[in-house]
Formats: sequence, C-alpha cells, structure tokens
Amino acid sequence: MQISLNGVLRSGADGAASVEIEAATIRELLTKLVERYPGMGEHMEQGIAVAINGVVYRDDWTVAIPPDAEVFLMPRIAGG
Amino acid sequence: MAHDNRYTGQKFQVVGNRFERPDGVDKVTGRARYGADANAPGQLVGLVLRSPHAHAEIKKIDTSKAEKLAGVKAVITSADLPDHTGGNRGMMDILENCMARGRALYDGHAVAAVAAVDAQTARKALKLIKVSYKKRPHVTDVDEAMKDTAPVIHDWVFTGGVDPKPSKPSNIANRTQMGHGDVDAGFADADVIVEHSYKTEQTHQGYIEPHACLASVNPDGSGELWVTTQGPFSYRTVCANLLGMDIAKLKVTSSEIGGGFGGKTHVWTEPLALALSRKANRPVKLVMTRDEVFRATGPTASTSIDVKLGASKFGVITAATLELRYQGGAFPGPWGMLGCMTGFACYNIENQRSVGYDVIVNRPKVAAYRAPSAPMAAYAVESAMDILAQRLGMDAVDLRLLNVAKEGTKAPYGPIYGPIGIEASLRAVKDHPHRKGKLKKNQGRGIACGFWFNIGGQTCVDLNIGTDGTVNLAVGTVDVGGARSSMGMIAAEELGISYHDVKVSVADTASLGHNDTTEGSRGTFSSGMATIFAARDAIDVLKTRAAKMLDVPVEDIVWEQGQARATGKGHGNLPSLTLKEIAAKSGSTGGPIAGHNEVVADGAGMGFACHIADVEVDPETGHSKILRYTVVQDAGKAIHPDYVEGQFQGAAAQGIGWALNEEYIYGADGTLQNPGFLDYRIPVCSDLPFIDTTILEIPNPNHPYGIRGVGETSIVPPLGAIGNAIADATGVRMHHAPMSPVRVLDALDAAAAQAQVSAG
Repeated sequence: MQISLNGVLRSGADGAASVEIEAATIRELLTKLVERYPGMGEHMEQGIAVAINGVVYRDDWTVAIPPDAEVFLMPRIAGG
Repeated sequence: MAHDNRYTGQKFQVVGNRFERPDGVDKVTGRARYGADANAPGQLVGLVLRSPHAHAEIKKIDTSKAEKLAGVKAVITSADLPDHTGGNRGMMDILENCMARGRALYDGHAVAAVAAVDAQTARKALKLIKVSYKKRPHVTDVDEAMKDTAPVIHDWVFTGGVDPKPSKPSNIANRTQMGHGDVDAGFADADVIVEHSYKTEQTHQGYIEPHACLASVNPDGSGELWVTTQGPFSYRTVCANLLGMDIAKLKVTSSEIGGGFGGKTHVWTEPLALALSRKANRPVKLVMTRDEVFRATGPTASTSIDVKLGASKFGVITAATLELRYQGGAFPGPWGMLGCMTGFACYNIENQRSVGYDVIVNRPKVAAYRAPSAPMAAYAVESAMDILAQRLGMDAVDLRLLNVAKEGTKAPYGPIYGPIGIEASLRAVKDHPHRKGKLKKNQGRGIACGFWFNIGGQTCVDLNIGTDGTVNLAVGTVDVGGARSSMGMIAAEELGISYHDVKVSVADTASLGHNDTTEGSRGTFSSGMATIFAARDAIDVLKTRAAKMLDVPVEDIVWEQGQARATGKGHGNLPSLTLKEIAAKSGSTGGPIAGHNEVVADGAGMGFACHIADVEVDPETGHSKILRYTVVQDAGKAIHPDYVEGQFQGAAAQGIGWALNEEYIYGADGTLQNPGFLDYRIPVCSDLPFIDTTILEIPNPNHPYGIRGVGETSIVPPLGAIGNAIADATGVRMHHAPMSPVRVLDALDAAAAQAQVSAG
C-alpha cells in the first residue's frame, strides 16, 4: 500500500513523498519503514503519528491497517 | 478487557448538566493547596542565581563564600548535575536549560542555586556567588537571527530538512515544508492575488500561580516532589532521568494548579530543587518570582510570516503559500512546523505550500501556549482572507464558507479530515445576532477562524466503590479545566448513580499508572474514555456480585439505571439490587468492587472555531476597546457546559491580550525589559466585555460520548478577528501584533500621511 509522508519526515526516506510498504499493523509498518530507511530512526525517536483514513494514532502500534486505507505518517504533536 | 471507543449516540442523564464545581469552596476559602502551599519539617528555601547577560561564556563560578555563610546548606552549579542523558539531545537541552553548562544562553538563564535555612540567608548567599562572564554577541530577533551576519548561537546546530546537509552551523534549526498540489499553476489561474507580511511578538501564558515545588530526596535514592504541573508523570520521568534516579523511587504529586496553558508541561527549576535537596539532605522549597517566570520559563515564539493567497473572481482559492519564521528561544523546537500544519487547516485549498523555519535566538526556551504556533499563522491567514474578501467584494463569512474544509478535505499536514465543525461554526456565525448589531463611528467588526488538532495519549484511571455505594475515581490527568467535575459526571452516567456520589482525585505518580501530560486538550477526551471503560468494568463486577446475591447465573443479570436486575424465566419475582445494596454486601461476595482502565486514547477529534469581534478604536490614542465578542466552537460533546464555556472564554481572553497588549520587549543589550505584570499587561476584567459563547456538538466518531478537546482552539482566532475589526473600524490594516495603542497610532498616522501625499 502507499504510505504518504508529511514533509517533515521525507528527509528520513531519501526525500520521498510516499513509499510502498505492505503492512497489516502500525507496528509492522514502522518496523519495515525503518528497515528500509534507517534515516527514519531519528524521526521515530522524536515521535511519529500514523493517520489511517483520517484517524490519528499517536501511540498504539497494535492498530490494524485496513487494505486500501489512506495512510499518512506525520510528526507526533503535543500542545498546551 | 478490550472496549469499543466508537461513538454510539448514547442518551445522557448526568452528562450535559451544570453541576457545582467540586473545587470551588476550597478555592474561594483559601483551603486549596497550590505549589507553594506544601511544607515539610526542616525544609530549606531554594533560590536561583540567573545570568544578567543575553549570551555569555561562564569562565568561572566561585561558590566558596556562599558555602561558608552560616545557614547555607547547599550550593549547586551544573557540576552538581552530571550528564545522565545518554546522548539524548532533547534531554540535554532540558538539562542545559535548567542550569547553564559553560554558557549563559539568555537573560535569566540559571547559573547556580542555593538552599538555606531562610530566604534572607539564601538571598545573601546568591550575592556571595561570583560568576566570571565573558560576554558574547547575542541576537533576539527572529529575522535577524536568520541572517548570515548573525552570531551563531550553537556550533552543533545544522539546519535540518534541507538537502544537501549544511556544512556550517546555523541558527536555523529546521526547515519544514508541507502542502500539496501545484501552487505555481494555482497562482497562474488566480484572478486576484493578495500578499502581505506579518509579525507577532513573544507572549507568556501569564498563569497567575508561579512555578513552585517542594522537593525531598533521601540518602537511599528515593524522593518526593510536590509541584504545580500539568504533567506529574512526565515531570517524574524527566527529573529522574536528569538526576540519575529510578523512576519508581521518585513520587511526584501535582498540587492544585493556578493556570498552566502549556507552560507547566516542562520542568524548569524542579530538577534544581531536587539536586539541592539531595546535596543538603533536607527538603527544599523553591518558588519562582514573577520576574523569573517571565525571564526563565517558556513563553511563545515570536514570529515573522509571509502569506499569499490567489483566488478566482468567484472567490475560489486557487493557491496559497505561507512562509513562517518562528524563534524557539535558545534551543530547537517544533514551532515552525506546527505553523505549517495549522495555517491553512480551516480551508479546502487544492494547491498549497507552507514552509516553516525554527530559529534559535538568545531568549528563553519556548514552550507550548494553548494551540502552540497556530494563533500566529492564523493571524496572517485570517487577515489575508479578509483582504481577499474585500478585493472580491464578498462577505467575509461567505468567502470562508466557499472555501471551507469539510469531511474528506485533505489537511495541510496530509491526512483527510473526518467529521469536523468549521463549516457549522461559520454558519452559526453567519446567522448570529452579533453579526447584525449596528456599529458607530470608529467601530468595526471582524471574524476569524481557528484550528487545533487535539490529542489523546496514554491514560490510566482507577474506580473504587465503597461499601456505602459512593465512588472514588482516581485520574492521572491534572484538573486544569474541570476534569474532576467532568470525570465524576461520566462515572455517574455510566454507573447510573448521582454525580454527588462520586469523588474524583488527581492521583500521585506512585498510585496510578503512567498518564501523559495534560496538554493538547486531551484531558476530558482521554480520561473520559478511560473512565467510561473503568466504570463498565466495575459494572461487570457488580453484575457478578448481584448474581451471587440473587443466586442466578451472571448471564441473566442486566444493569439498568444503576441497578442489577435478573431477567429470564423464573426470575420475575426477584428484586432489583441497587449499586448501594450490592456494595454493602461486597465483603461477603468477593471483596472490594473496582474498575480499572489503561488505554492509549487515539482518534482525537479536530477542534475548529470561528469568532466575531467588535472593537472601537480611539483615533487620538490608538487604543482599541473590545465592545462585543462571540466564540463559536465545536466541542464534540460538552460534558459540563459551564467548563466548556469557561475554556472558550479563557482562551479568547488570552488571545485578546495577545492581540492588543502583551509582548516581550528586549533591550539592545538582549535583556528583557518588562518581566512583570505592570509592564507586561494582560487583560483584566475591566478590559473585556462578557464573552458570548455558542457550543456546537458535532460528535467525534472515535469517542463513546463524541468528545473532542476544547481547551486550546479558541486562542487561535482572536488576533485575526481583532485585526480585521480594527481594519473595519479605521480602514488601516495592522501587520504587527500586539496591535497596541502605539502601533495602531503609528499606523493611523502613516495612513494619514500617505493619504496627504496621494492627495497631492
């Protein structure tokens, strides 16, 4: 499936705006992503959130990714 | 047990009512215990010595005379805070910000601290510490700091997000770009283009309670910290890390909190208090002065922003760009990135690009302030939207509605939106009686929209039912805006009991599992979800106990209106059992009855708002008076409407202060000139009208009750709304906030001079 990367994260994936990764869960997605792009490790340290069909998951790596889902990786944000 | 977080349209008995606040009596009678209100036998007074320079090398710190002063029990410098960060740059930044390590990076940066038997002795000791400084060039302005000629503050900062990676260090910590579509093509298609630059000044959260704590570290390596904080668990983790302590051996208790708004999400002096206590082997109480709060805690970024909008003659925005320059103080931060993510979030713009720069200057380390970074970006965007509406001859609301973001719109930061409330907010504003009120001479009206993400995160609650049927609920999110009341209502709703039978406490870190910091408008969303699930677990236990009491299979028990009832053949004559009746027999049916839940509360619902502001501008003084102000915001579900309205009003009031008065003023020497409430003026009651509110409830599909966060979004629109109102009143557009009397007067004078020139 196509995984889109927020602009901040593209530096970790050789500048790519999106990458093709098959993954059934967020954990599998992030594991494969770092395997392919070690540069993503730094972004992982700072925190990555995964938006699946518009729902933002900040922490839970067990969440399933449905087939054909819109998946977008973005920095994890906090607030005031 | 797994629970379903989906919204179900549940009907409510308790939720939505306006009960009295549980902390009200304690607060108005002075019984509430804030950060400075805890004491321990033998406690010492802690004070901090701070740099008077904006940027200076610390050649030597001589503490010998201070240490010899009678009554001084400990003196610390960075040498007493060895590096336990394990190479974690972010943690090192926190450590260095708490206490300078070889260099003072801003006016107010801590360089040493003392603990003494009383304040007088501690003050004397501070004067006896001799620090040899070598001043270095400084820079405090964001645009100046980006120039090649600026002094480079850190030799380890190389601009991130650019290719190829720079070979020289820079004050630009990061460049961020996001967006989608083809902006060049979009501008080429535009019939009208507006393009302007804006500046905003640095503001402080202005919480009335200064940072305060009581720290006690024992020789066995355990310790306690009583502290005013939004995040006791985060404080525990960070302090333990910085001091080389075991997390479980440091117990952090959050006091009653006198405001935080993001400023109490980070540690400032707390590690120093713990280090002093460890060295003195006595408890240490450390309370910041207001001067210290301004100079050495975490205000907002000041910014410089360029915005460009292109639109068809019918008002459809064809392209939009933002360039955002945010200073984060003396350390890197995410602030420019957040500006990129939020600037165009209210609109459906096919071709858009936002570029953000995070810039390092000689100012205190910036922290979050209610929807961090969003108000500044919105000031530029909402001003540009108004100018565009005028150029097109369109109504300001209609232009926004024509371009409004909806479910399915691609957000500036990438994903598509689920159900969101900005269109409903704009329609509510369009029809609001406020918009129909007549204006007089020198009066004007403006509207503006705002967005904030809201977040969820790790959350844990305990619910315990007493033998009389009353309930203790322990939550780990701090009560910054009504959590105790709201959580009590949610527990009562689920259990089917009275709100008055639930007592909610904020637990210390030794009594409950980890809870993320109360930030990002997550408290009611996250702890609300955990409370629902914990109550449902407790109901399962109650049903089991009722089955034992009625001698029927548990499968035959249903829970209705706070009672267990047996259903099915042969059970018709059995009595229903109330929660109180089941609780009374709990000792004989299996012991205490409790529910517990730990959850990662994901799926937070985005927050959107639209505000209306009426102002009157005095053409002789430039003073802008807020005549009328209305907030419309989507809450998802208002658990306790009083508190929700209070959040809307408080956020708007802070935004109004930001728009009209508040700013950090630095001298040419890089020192802060106005670190006090006399010279840094926040709005007081007499400055504001009653702020009217409209709560919209568009349910968040990812919460059982539909809750979104409400605490932050409404600080976003006021700068734009007031700027637009001033322009409406005077015909003069303000490009620099705060739009203080002197700036407005200058702008009016400049416009008058220009008009004279134009008239020939």
